Amino acid sequence: MTAGRVKLGRDPALLRRLLRAKDRMDAASHEEWPIPRLAKVSGVSEAHFARSFKDAFGVPPHRYLLTRRIERASALLRDTELQITEVAFRTGWNSLGTFGRIFRDVTGESPSDLRARERAHEHQLEEVPHCFVSAAHRPDLKIAVSEKRRQAIMGNGPGPNETEDP
Amino acid sequence: MTQGVGVAGIYVHDQDEALAFYVDKLGFAVHTDARNGDYRWLTVQHPDQPSFQLGLFKPQPPTVDEASAQIMRQMTAKGAMPPLVLVVADCRAAYDRLRQRGVEFTQEPVERYGSVDASFRDPSGNGWKMIEAR
Repeated sequence: MTAGRVKLGRDPALLRRLLRAKDRMDAASHEEWPIPRLAKVSGVSEAHFARSFKDAFGVPPHRYLLTRRIERASALLRDTELQITEVAFRTGWNSLGTFGRIFRDVTGESPSDLRARERAHEHQLEEVPHCFVSAAHRPDLKIAVSEKRRQAIMGNGPGPNETEDP
Repeated sequence: MTQGVGVAGIYVHDQDEALAFYVDKLGFAVHTDARNGDYRWLTVQHPDQPSFQLGLFKPQPPTVDEASAQIMRQMTAKGAMPPLVLVVADCRAAYDRLRQRGVEFTQEPVERYGSVDASFRDPSGNGWKMIEAR
């Protein structure tokens, strides 16, 4: 395969710059990451950023951000005594209601249930570097949260024309 | 004689760039830099670890076919390669020193689990966790 046939979205140099945007979200998932900010980090035009990111990492940038926030919130619930309101605030939510709803949509349980369950058994994670622990606990978001909620209400799967929106 | 793992390698986008990073910025030393046509066997060593070499390999024929090489280059650039851990005596001091040299940190030093850790990436996208020795 010649270099000329490499799809633009598969160019390692572009992927490396997109990784930079992903890293920045990882490092500060509680912050707001609008497309212009992410596009600037990656040196990609705003028009192409979201599509390029999804091509590279399989999920739109804001859905990725959501998984990181839930992951951090889960860790805080597990490892600290912080009130749930404080956990929501620290992980980037402005509304406790939104936090609770999205948390349940993503993980299948409420923040307080997760805390109770995690407390019920001892963890043996001290020997594993933190980043790998968090990667192992990352929620697996394959469909949009809104879609997951709709499916739960309707009691069936997505139709052929459903799109994935963050 | 020392028995054990002698070489473990990582994939890099550009071997000259990787060499400059691991030697000039991280302080490793070149162990072997041998060329055979387009192929280059390049390994570096941590100054405190003479029995281990870190290979800085470019995914390329003849070790992998071009189609696979292309995938490996993409995987590396996406940060999808296996984790690497660098143990240091003082994580915060190492962070300050390496950051001044232009190392791209993805996480500042954080104290947890009875140690201090930070994260950085090499120019290719390989992710390192830097952990203070306990």
